[in-house]
Amino acid sequence: MANAFWCIVEDDRRGAPKKVMAEVIGEAARVSSGQAEAVWLTDTATEAGLTQLAEWGATKVWLLENAALAPYRGEIWVGAAAELAAKERPKAIFAPVTSRAREFVARLAARLGVGLAADCVAFAMEGDRLVATRPVYAGKLLAKVTWAKTPWVATLRPNVFRPAEARPGRTATVERPTAATAAAQMRFVERREEVSTGLPELTEAEIVLSGGRGMKGPEHYVILEDMARVIGAAVGASRAAVDAGWRPHRFQIGQTGRTISPKLYMGFGVSGAIQHLAGMRTSKVIVAVNKDAEAPIFKIADYGIVADLFEVVPELTKEFKKLLEK
Amino acid sequence: MKILVAVKQVPDTATQVKISADPRAIDTTGITWIVSPYDEFAVEEALRIKEKRGQGEVVAVSLGPERVKEALRSCLAMGCDRAIHLNDPAWNDADTLVTSKALAAVVKQEAPQLLLCGRQAIDDDMGAVAAQLAELLGWPCASWIMEEAIDGDGKTVRTARQVEGGLEVFDLPLPAVLTAQKGLNEPRYPTLRGIMGAKKKEIRDVKAADLGWAPEPPQLSVVTLEALPPRPPGRILQGDVPTAVKELVRSLREEAKAI
Repeated sequence: MANAFWCIVEDDRRGAPKKVMAEVIGEAARVSSGQAEAVWLTDTATEAGLTQLAEWGATKVWLLENAALAPYRGEIWVGAAAELAAKERPKAIFAPVTSRAREFVARLAARLGVGLAADCVAFAMEGDRLVATRPVYAGKLLAKVTWAKTPWVATLRPNVFRPAEARPGRTATVERPTAATAAAQMRFVERREEVSTGLPELTEAEIVLSGGRGMKGPEHYVILEDMARVIGAAVGASRAAVDAGWRPHRFQIGQTGRTISPKLYMGFGVSGAIQHLAGMRTSKVIVAVNKDAEAPIFKIADYGIVADLFEVVPELTKEFKKLLEK
Repeated sequence: MKILVAVKQVPDTATQVKISADPRAIDTTGITWIVSPYDEFAVEEALRIKEKRGQGEVVAVSLGPERVKEALRSCLAMGCDRAIHLNDPAWNDADTLVTSKALAAVVKQEAPQLLLCGRQAIDDDMGAVAAQLAELLGWPCASWIMEEAIDGDGKTVRTARQVEGGLEVFDLPLPAVLTAQKGLNEPRYPTLRGIMGAKKKEIRDVKAADLGWAPEPPQLSVVTLEALPPRPPGRILQGDVPTAVKELVRSLREEAKAI
């Protein structure tokens, strides 16, 4: 439909949408006054997954289900989505910031000849144009941007937008257009799983604990992992800790790592260099624990404790346990 | 094998950025400019491929005003053989798509077997140009790569891209586009000899007319830049560790409702 805001579905590879889709659909529905539609390219969709999208507020689900669509290959996805977009002429195409969606919608925007705003943190309709807000220059400034024509293509930073509430009983029409899948140039070889920490993924977690140079060595991260298990947090690291080889790069928070925006960020022995702040300054609540009262992170922290993290962490874990056992 | 590396000149992370009199742009006085860090990984990887194969050419390309020559000079100092500078006021308002189209025109002229880019530039963090180049060229693309290996006859590259929860390994026929993620390599520092040698290497200016460029409006434009809204002042929790920790937990639960 010509007024539809498409939401490109990010799924768990087992037929269910990820919960970040509640945020994308919620925001698309808010901006468009209820015209959010889901577009799901996958090799497996479950009935429960389709219901979930409807309950979050998608009025229609475009399901492109085909074995060739997994794992993601831009060259195939773009052809399939562009064909549908040419027919349906959506007003906007939204996707969450994920590794594949970032590449996919950039390619799609190029195919459609329209603008792309990546990693947005706010949207507003101004008259009949959409204005998006996105952090630039290491998060030191915000840029408001707008598009010359529709569809307005954008990716949304996770954990920033209010998730739609799942309303049981809401339903959506499911359309199953035949997806044109171009002959692939890329050949999938294998997927190598990361060794699971059993903790949430960094960019998806609602609470993130981050250990910096003050952790003094790789062997001490276990105390953060203990706390993380108590409160359901992910554990990240600063560049200093990653460059020292204490944590693999995938755990790095900051400009040359992951950008996160959790409800609660707690930095332990993190100084707060600009490049770290670039990756976490849109967190809702920021806690800093550092021995150095002059550490720059205290300037943006909501709560700070000036003390040795090795005294604070066990105490804090104990208090969290007490609180959550109540 | 000919490899093109697309780089962007960006303000150094530590530089203070201020909004200029035109609220759509930053004030560039006093800014320290660098090659975007992810682009350095791309340059490094290109140089390693050439060294490993024992032959080939690495060409750095960038779009922007005159100052961009300095960034290209750094790439030459690292070891790139020559550089191309898309330097024309026609591209002053370029968004990612206009930039990609201009770069694609140069790529077509140069016809490399591989195009390497950084995962994203750290000024506007859009992360779009590489993927859009792939689309415009009709080449396969792997983003956020952590490793690559080109087969002996230079027909295919096997590459591992970083995705949530792991790595996905693909074979891509060449020519292809790859974007470098941190962890791919450790970029070299230019040697004194490299820096001296860079002065003699060619930086070719390319004007819009050289590409038969028809004026093209940007599809995305900045309405305004704004300073960050100030965060409410924070609180340092006082007392000994057990007292401060108890107060923190209470505050997180009752005030911030964050736990």
